[in-house]
Amino acid sequence: MAQRSVLYLLLLIITVSCTKQERKLPILGNREPVEKVVDGKTVIDTIYQAVPAFSFLNQDSVRVTEQAFNGKIYVADFFFTRCPSICPVMHRNMLKVYEKYKGNASVKLLSHTIDAIHDQPSVLKTYATKLGITGDQWEFVHGSHDSVYTIAEKSYLVAVGKEASAPGGFIHQGWFVLVDKQKRLRGAYDGTDTKQVAQLIEDMGVLLNEEDGK
Amino acid sequence: MTAVYSSCQDSSQLNYAWYYANGKQLYEQHCQNCHNADGSGLGALIPPLTDTVFMKERSGSLPCLVRDGVKGKMIVGGKPFDGEMPGNNKLADIDIAAVLTYVTNSFGNKQGIYETKRVGACVGVR
Repeated sequence: MAQRSVLYLLLLIITVSCTKQERKLPILGNREPVEKVVDGKTVIDTIYQAVPAFSFLNQDSVRVTEQAFNGKIYVADFFFTRCPSICPVMHRNMLKVYEKYKGNASVKLLSHTIDAIHDQPSVLKTYATKLGITGDQWEFVHGSHDSVYTIAEKSYLVAVGKEASAPGGFIHQGWFVLVDKQKRLRGAYDGTDTKQVAQLIEDMGVLLNEEDGK
Repeated sequence: MTAVYSSCQDSSQLNYAWYYANGKQLYEQHCQNCHNADGSGLGALIPPLTDTVFMKERSGSLPCLVRDGVKGKMIVGGKPFDGEMPGNNKLADIDIAAVLTYVTNSFGNKQGIYETKRVGACVGVR
């Protein structure tokens, strides 16, 4: 009888441990099925939306391309230094992400300015320094108006725009977009909401585990 | 209970409570994004509102800061700042008084009510 209860207990433990599966983040964005031939058989595979090649200048006027993000997970956002509305809140929250993963070689942060005329690399450098950021783990990048607006809307699915009547002259969404090592979108979090940013910090841990376990 | 408590407050206390409560709401709308909910500012970008000496010494020019904005160098809490704060010229004098009542009685400050007449008297930052 005692043996039996031990067995049940064991079964229970196994069941519980099995139900507590590792959480996996969804893959966001567009996807398309493709047929390919593996070992002579035709199989359907899925191609997920991924961030394409890009080339910007960072706060040190160093060219930054998608290659700097190879093998890393990163968080992308869009802002401008003279932004009087949501940007201070976003970057106050992004600082929490930075502090959490500071020095982790598998994690980067990427903030794009949407004010190409004013926010030259030197302006971005001053901004980053005043925010307390050194090194290049958190890149503040400058690109042409078109290149930044296109990558925002097409690749990161973040709406940005010039709007004379808006405070500061631009409108934009405050999403923090989480990108995995294959440059696929794995999450979008409201950068002005401390709860969602806490979730982002947690999800980054999940994403790092997932990919390291591969 | 609240009714009993309020009835014990005199009119100046009531005024203070009214200014403070409205000021908190206005602060959340107009100031908090940059200066933070706890008045701590943001790094070396946005000055804190926790420098009680600054707030006391500049008390008379605070309405001008809020209304007209400010640009250029400023030492707050022993640290240099050199940015730009946009003005809030759509705020009425009584609203500026309310927000200043909140700010000068929060984040370590304790200056009492900021009277509306002091807002109209402010004509320049320095």
